Amino acid sequence: MSYKSSRGYWVFLIPGIVAFLVIIVIPMLANIGISFTKWRGVGDPTWIGLANYETALDDKTFWASFQNNFRLIFAMTIIPTCLGLVLAVFLFEHTARRFGQRTASFFRAGFYLPQIIPLVVAAIVWRWIYQPKWGVLNWLLTTIGLESQTRNWLGDADTALYSIMGMLVWIQIGYPLVIFMAALQRIDPELHEAASLDGASPFQRLWHITVPLIRPELFVVVLTTSIHALKVFAPVYAMTSGGPGRSTIVASYFSYRNFFERANVGYGATVATVLTAIIVALTIVFITIQTRQEQSEGA
Amino acid sequence: MSQESLVIASRQPQRFNRVNNLLSLVSLIALLLLMLFPLFMITVNSFKTDDEYYANGPMSMPERFSLDNVKSVWERLDYTTKLKNSFVISFTTAVLGIGLSLLNSFALGIGRIKGKAFFLVFFIMAITLPQEVLAYPLYYMFKEVGLYNSRLSVVLIFAVLHSAFGTYLLTSVFSVFPRELLEAAMIDGCSKLQLLYRIVVPISRPSLSVLFVFFFILTWNEFFLPLIFLVSNDTQTVPLAIAMFQGQRGTVVTFQSTAALLGILPCVIFFLFFQRTLSRGITVGSIK
Repeated sequence: MSYKSSRGYWVFLIPGIVAFLVIIVIPMLANIGISFTKWRGVGDPTWIGLANYETALDDKTFWASFQNNFRLIFAMTIIPTCLGLVLAVFLFEHTARRFGQRTASFFRAGFYLPQIIPLVVAAIVWRWIYQPKWGVLNWLLTTIGLESQTRNWLGDADTALYSIMGMLVWIQIGYPLVIFMAALQRIDPELHEAASLDGASPFQRLWHITVPLIRPELFVVVLTTSIHALKVFAPVYAMTSGGPGRSTIVASYFSYRNFFERANVGYGATVATVLTAIIVALTIVFITIQTRQEQSEGA
Repeated sequence: MSQESLVIASRQPQRFNRVNNLLSLVSLIALLLLMLFPLFMITVNSFKTDDEYYANGPMSMPERFSLDNVKSVWERLDYTTKLKNSFVISFTTAVLGIGLSLLNSFALGIGRIKGKAFFLVFFIMAITLPQEVLAYPLYYMFKEVGLYNSRLSVVLIFAVLHSAFGTYLLTSVFSVFPRELLEAAMIDGCSKLQLLYRIVVPISRPSLSVLFVFFFILTWNEFFLPLIFLVSNDTQTVPLAIAMFQGQRGTVVTFQSTAALLGILPCVIFFLFFQRTLSRGITVGSIK
């Protein structure tokens, strides 16, 4: 009669467990195993212990790829989170009040639009804009008399990564914006009214009222976008193939190349394993901080 | 902590005057136009000839509205096939992914089985896992069983990968499911399976539809694994085809913008259709 017994529910978990074992757990363990071998993808892998990891330590491309991934966090996390926050507050507190909720929603949708385009297609849009000879960007610069500033944006090691970062900022802004605008609805408007009556500037209100109150959303945005930055593949694949030189190589593309272009499967698996370890560590750190914060706030 | 700032009082209500209002609206519009500028450029130049582009630059309006580019790029891409592939893959993945998420979260959220916490941590890890760490073993595995270069291969993989997020989301939805309803149904002699599809599914339909749209678009936009698994014309998806097209014959300027436009269009259409469902989904997903 009692509903409480949880017997009989295990059965429902069986398909999920089997599926996760086959598609996630076993392949991941296999990948870690492969990272200890030398393997060309055919024949038997040869066990070489930690040799791949030792190679990685001395491999400039390996270091460059992870460095670039961390640089991309600027373009995918830091800049969009800051811009998204300011924009969200502006749309929520100002635009929605003066021009109505519909106007604010319209702008939100507009800024969000780049988010729904497949990343690789967005990359091709921007590659087209960045083209050296007839690209829109160089054309614009020439038109406004800055011909000296035109360059081969993606073909120049000095600008290639920044050019990719420009595209990523464009893509990312909408995500924090949408999340923050939803979060702002939770805040009691009286808090802001009281503060501004007391002469708090908009910036002070943002920093002392809004930011602490939407901290859970801030955490989620920073975590998920940092992870996205570490996983970037399509833009590099479509825009630069990691070049020129090592200027835009990223971990994901570097492992892909080792897997499928160089038949250096063991080394590719090593890069993928290191990437995974970093992401898992990051996730654990974030979740720990978040849980601690929630507990200390008694929420 | 805002107590102190409440005390420090210089009571001057800040009022925006009309000029300020207008100024803020104008700058918002300018910002939006800047955001939409790349898409605008792609659209305008998809209807021009290359000669026109070279002569008048990217900013000029097309002299005559011509669908010639669209037609030839459509044919070269075999766009109809690609649309069909993308649709079949995304749709099947969404259905299968929801099925899996439902079963998992029914056991975890409604059944509250032992080890729930462990499974949830496991699913969060699975959400953040990079596909790179699965790619080669999966590639090898699917080659061995003869499913390489089949649409089914990516469907199976993405259904499982996405269901990690689905399980996480639905479990939190189900853990606040009205208990009285469940108990009443059990007393009426409902089996657990009936409980799932007679009570839980109908009531949680809004969450399920959010999840469906989410899975569909996520799958539609995937690139890394499809690039590895789908290597022939008759299996490839829209984003793949667009990326390949650029690689092969990327010399004609306006053809490139047309291809990009064809990559963008389906997503814009989904966006307009599902805007509300989507924005609800994004925010639901961010907070447990």
